[in-house]
Amino acid sequence: MNLTYGFATLVPLPVVLPLFAAGLALALWRHTRAQHIISVAALSLVLAASIGLLVGADAGPIVVDVGEWAAPVGIDLVADRLSALMLTVSSFVLLCVLLYSLGQGVADGHDKAPVSIYHPTYLVLAAGVANAFLSGDLFNLYVGFEILLAASYVLLTLGGTGERIRAGSIYVVVALLSSVIFLVAIALVYAATGTVNLAQLAERLPDVEPGVRMTLQLLLLLAFGIKAAIFPLSAWLPDSYPTAPAPVTAVFAGLLTKVGVYAIIRTQTLLFPDNRLDTVLMWLALATMVIGILGAVAQNDIKRLLSFTLVSHIGYMIFGIAMASEAGMAASIFYVVHHITVQTTLFLVVGLIERRGGSTSLDKLGGLAKIAPGLAILFFVPAMNLAGIPPLSGFLGKVGLIQEGVAQGTPLTWALVVGSVVTSLLTLYAIVKAWNKAFWQTAPVELPAASTPRGMVGPATALVAFGVALTFAAGPLYSYAERAAGNLMEPQTYVDAVFPGDSGRGQGVSSDLVEEEQEGGGS
Amino acid sequence: MSPTNHLLAPLLLPTADVDPADVARTTDSIDMTPSLVMVLAIGVLFAAGVYLLLERSLTRVLIGFILIGNGANLMFLVAGGRAGGAPLIGTTPTDQMSDPLVQAMVLTAIVITLGLTAFVLAMAYRSWQLHGHDEVQDDLEDRRVARHAARNAPAFEDTDTEESGETLDDEATQAYDETDGDGDGATGLRGEGPSRGGTPPSGSATPPSGSAGTAGGEGR
Repeated sequence: MNLTYGFATLVPLPVVLPLFAAGLALALWRHTRAQHIISVAALSLVLAASIGLLVGADAGPIVVDVGEWAAPVGIDLVADRLSALMLTVSSFVLLCVLLYSLGQGVADGHDKAPVSIYHPTYLVLAAGVANAFLSGDLFNLYVGFEILLAASYVLLTLGGTGERIRAGSIYVVVALLSSVIFLVAIALVYAATGTVNLAQLAERLPDVEPGVRMTLQLLLLLAFGIKAAIFPLSAWLPDSYPTAPAPVTAVFAGLLTKVGVYAIIRTQTLLFPDNRLDTVLMWLALATMVIGILGAVAQNDIKRLLSFTLVSHIGYMIFGIAMASEAGMAASIFYVVHHITVQTTLFLVVGLIERRGGSTSLDKLGGLAKIAPGLAILFFVPAMNLAGIPPLSGFLGKVGLIQEGVAQGTPLTWALVVGSVVTSLLTLYAIVKAWNKAFWQTAPVELPAASTPRGMVGPATALVAFGVALTFAAGPLYSYAERAAGNLMEPQTYVDAVFPGDSGRGQGVSSDLVEEEQEGGGS
Repeated sequence: MSPTNHLLAPLLLPTADVDPADVARTTDSIDMTPSLVMVLAIGVLFAAGVYLLLERSLTRVLIGFILIGNGANLMFLVAGGRAGGAPLIGTTPTDQMSDPLVQAMVLTAIVITLGLTAFVLAMAYRSWQLHGHDEVQDDLEDRRVARHAARNAPAFEDTDTEESGETLDDEATQAYDETDGDGDGATGLRGEGPSRGGTPPSGSATPPSGSAGTAGGEGR
């Protein structure tokens, strides 16, 4: 067939390949080397498929009917520009973190971490993330969330030490609660509209009574808000993430909250384009930014500090979404891409610091700049990127948001513009504090004579380089984000892709049924 | 996941089978009046579940989660409309079928809940192995704040700031005023104030020593 057929075959791969590889890796748990090869190969193929989708989706959303059942009856996977972009960045990050953890000998604790479980679970996590990004169906989105959350529970409590069980309990309970809320929201959506297909919901929800629609929107926002760690719902994050092994924290910080942000973007633009909760979202964005960063300033441990900056910077993305304009959405998408990369990188580098300095507490570290200058560079570049120092990509994302905020010019957007600048400065303050203490102060305690294995430094360096490359590729990337935002602000594009009017798809009639009805006279 | 959806759904479910544009007809043609028993059951499940979720013990939290999960599953059944026959062509007339899609979704949700229940149970067991209990502990920040408070507490404790009663009136009944001649000063004025710890409000019989008020306060 034609070229689109070629692209369409790529769509299920990011979900199917990791799941298949997970099963294989679990079956081969005795053969560590085979496990490594399988995981790396699977995630490399996923990355290749995602890049293919990134190219293919630029021509228009690619829709695949799973099992050949057309959309409202069957489940469909949709790769539009936003999905493809998120998928590409996250599969690159997943691959880098996997290589890093291989370099680390999987948390190098053969005594602590059950190695055979790590690879299958990690692959399942990758499948869940991809499923959430590609899903064109609300219930399938829930399943995607559950896949990745279940994998994340296992990864977070890997080894079952006391501290991890403590942090894990809180994380698991909060995540379970958000899942139940999501489930209730789906039940109500189905009761109100009779469908869970996103495209069909986009057509039917405008006919639903406004009060009911608002309830549905709030419930979905609540469920996704917990996952994305928006301010009043964010308290679980800084406590649970830092206890996990460095690669696990890195991939959680990079991806899990962004899946929540993605779900918010998708539902806000596609299902609820009337923007009635934007003011609420703006206030939440402001609170998330400011309170998150104040938490970071108070921290004395690099991992916890970074967890708080993670919460804080979610506020920027929500700010872009709440402006509900093409430019705001584009800036938000660009910021998500930037933040996935930079936050993951920083956590990986902190893993290196922990290895070299024996601790992540700023009271115990010191003088690393002298004994590990390479490490200093690896930390400094993404740290400045996070704080938004020009010309790095964090700066570009923030400029996009602030420009649009000023262009809209309402008092609330001005407040958010001020808030984001203040947050940016406080991020710089918090990060520089960590930089000064860890790298420049005289070491308060003798640092252990540890070395950083090349297998860990390599992937971390690759991610730092990727973060810098985002700056150089910012032009094409930003215009891609703008086109993605253009798609999002025109929900009809998505609906038309799922229900092309002429082809007979989207009618929900199976050929068997039609024949039978003709025979039986339409029972 | 739901391959089940694809298998069952096309065998005619009234909602999804309809032309997407024709929403009005869909909503008219289905009897969406929920059964009262179901609604009550959902309410009870949610109320009990929320109560248990607020407990400290992980096992109770888990039971709360299961109850809420089951409540959500029942909500799906309500969302599917009126109950009916098996949704198989040839078995039940089309207009008397129940909605198979919600049942597929509920099945998926039940499977997920089952898996997560097993995981949380394992976690509760591990917690019991490590600590001898399965209580969800305070997070680090909370503990740090509590420690700070404990460390700062002595700085504010001296005889001036010690409280002997719950309200100002209570404290006034315990206070001894030197300028007051007959010794029962404020007490006489505020005789109607509640007395604490069985101490009679009139301090005139025994002139209170410096620590009398404190002793009364500690006695309660």
